[in-house]
Amino acid sequence: MKEQSSWALPGLFGLRGAIPKVMFYKSHGKFLLIALGLLLFMSGCGNAKNDASKPSVSISVWHWMTDREPALQELAKKYVAQTGVKIDFELFAPSEAYSQKIRAAAQGKNLPDIFGVLGEKKTLSSFIKAGHVLNLTSYMAENNNAWKNTFFTEALAVNDYAQGNSYGIEPGIYGVPIDIMTIQMLYNKTLLKELTGSGNPPTKFEDFIALGPKLKEKNMQGLVSGWGEGWMIDCLTNNYAFNIMGKDKVLKTYKGEVSYTDSDWVKVFSLFKQMKDTGVLATGVVTMVNKTAEQLFASGKAVFAFNGSWCVNVYKGMNPNLNYGVMLPPAATDKAMSIWGGAGSSFMINAGSKNKQEAVKFLKWLTEKQQQESLSTVTSNLPANKNSLAQLPAILAEFSRNMGLSTHPNAWDVSEFTSVTENLDRGVQSIIIGEKTPEQVAVEVQRVKERELVKKMIN
Amino acid sequence: MKFKSSLENYAFILPAILIFSIFYIYPFIQVLFLSFFDWDGIVSFKDATFLGWGNFKEIIFDDPIWWQAMRNAGYITFIALIFQNILAFLLAWACDRQIRMKNFYRLIFFIPPVLSEIVVGIAWRFIINDVEGANIINRMFAAMGHPNFIHSWLSDPKTALTTVAIVHCWKGFGWGFLIFLAGLQTIPRELYEAARVDGANAWESFKKITVPLMIPVTVLVAILTVLGSMQAFVLILGLVGGEFAGHTSVPVLRILSSMRGSSRFGYACAQGISFGMVLVIISFIQYRFSKKVTE
Repeated sequence: MKEQSSWALPGLFGLRGAIPKVMFYKSHGKFLLIALGLLLFMSGCGNAKNDASKPSVSISVWHWMTDREPALQELAKKYVAQTGVKIDFELFAPSEAYSQKIRAAAQGKNLPDIFGVLGEKKTLSSFIKAGHVLNLTSYMAENNNAWKNTFFTEALAVNDYAQGNSYGIEPGIYGVPIDIMTIQMLYNKTLLKELTGSGNPPTKFEDFIALGPKLKEKNMQGLVSGWGEGWMIDCLTNNYAFNIMGKDKVLKTYKGEVSYTDSDWVKVFSLFKQMKDTGVLATGVVTMVNKTAEQLFASGKAVFAFNGSWCVNVYKGMNPNLNYGVMLPPAATDKAMSIWGGAGSSFMINAGSKNKQEAVKFLKWLTEKQQQESLSTVTSNLPANKNSLAQLPAILAEFSRNMGLSTHPNAWDVSEFTSVTENLDRGVQSIIIGEKTPEQVAVEVQRVKERELVKKMIN
Repeated sequence: MKFKSSLENYAFILPAILIFSIFYIYPFIQVLFLSFFDWDGIVSFKDATFLGWGNFKEIIFDDPIWWQAMRNAGYITFIALIFQNILAFLLAWACDRQIRMKNFYRLIFFIPPVLSEIVVGIAWRFIINDVEGANIINRMFAAMGHPNFIHSWLSDPKTALTTVAIVHCWKGFGWGFLIFLAGLQTIPRELYEAARVDGANAWESFKKITVPLMIPVTVLVAILTVLGSMQAFVLILGLVGGEFAGHTSVPVLRILSSMRGSSRFGYACAQGISFGMVLVIISFIQYRFSKKVTE
């Protein structure tokens, strides 16, 4: 009893009287020491010097561009040094995982200050409709459209919604392009010279398919591309559809005013049959993923490739000595050939962010000439700022040369049903493997189109 | 006292029930709920359109690609059920006997299942493919004097799915092998000795002892094979790169395509529910069948 009444310290957690004095000192002494240590550590972290240099604002940016991550981190360091605003680039790769990440974040209303939206314009439209994307029109228009005028028109078009667009979006610009791309054909200069003697790339479709027998004779592989992935088939089909029937008729088809069984569409599908029949396509092109196609072309196993301007960086990594050139897909008519191009990657600003103004300032800075040149040099991508082309490597300059001929589905105010596009891609694959005729594919695609139109009317 | 004791028992299983409810039952109910809506996964769910049975009707009546994918998965499963399991059983039977280096074989046979599916897919693509790969299979045929067997196995629609199924069998037979081996080792040796004393030869012992006693194990392996093969898709991505004009489409790839390609989350959920129902029905039929055979 005597010992219990001799406590010198007040009880903690009601422990007074439950444990002897020595034990109390042992257990709580350790706790006090740790607490003291933590206090000292934390006070060390928050010294006066750090407080002064601590960024006032921190902008979070989510992206999927593995190849651009080091360059973006470098630019972030530069920006914080210049402005005191910290930029947190967070990479989520691969792109499929990134797409899921931003969807989940949109649902949880925890999107970062700046993010990119991948995929069709329909997807971007859903983000805008849900109120996640800031309309940048007023910022672009400041100082007599100063910011807007720095970009290639094609680059801005994919993020631009015109008056009365079919997506039901308020007109405006909703994204900032950071680079651009074009998808064209490439040729291996050495192999083409060996094949043709002259080494001149074909400009007409007839000349292109005439190379088929020569390719067989020399045991060479012709055109490689990621046609196992579907969307690249869609791209070339669309290029030829524009070439054969023109933009208006293609868009009328999407609106349901022209049938896929129209003779022009059958002509488009027939081009793939001709390519298959003459042997200008590489073996297994239908099951080829783009990475495989890139490896084949970079290792000099194929004469032609159909790929986007991002491939410059890829080929540089795979084979720095690859001797290749850029060409338009050979035209099937006398009309101008059209290619897909425009914004490669764009950033959007979270409309719900409390750092909106700072985010706009950062994107303005990122798309200035100097930063665009730096990004372009390091990542071998075409800059979105049209004033930054001066220092482009020769091969990238070749890609940019046909920018004027470029268009992109995301720049049109009407889009095709996904199921129709999927059936079209699948149909073209069937033509290439000799399973279906162009006419059969046209009928099947039109059937799906009609089904979707009926569904749309009911809903 | 009894009440207190049972309360204690329930307290022990409560964490498991909670985890199961949160991570299985609740998501399942959510998926079921979503399957009745048209929702793109981006706009707020309150703006989603209620379709009733619309998604299910579309799957049944308006989605021929889905049914093609189901047929393809059925074909892969059929090949796996027959060839993969017969091979697994025979190898397990061989390793159960007194053969030399049987532990080494056990180890070797279990290597394919522990490899990642994407690695197996890409490795086999390299082995089989004639353009970007080493073309080993075709070279083997040529070396063996069978040049007429040389073929583009993965890029011919007639052979692509079968090639996928064979690689799937190669990848999966190790699991069956292990389960069969464990089953074989539970059969009392005395039964074989008694049979031998009674004059039974090896074939009769196999037929009258091994086969009947292995039926429950075979059913288990068959159910696991069906569940595993119907859901195969990573291997297909590695081998063929995608759906190859529908020739290598399988249900899981279709569900992914609905989610990622078309942004139709509600439809993807309905596909998932339908697919799950099919698997449950198949498993139930197998279970009933095995029960009847065992009886």
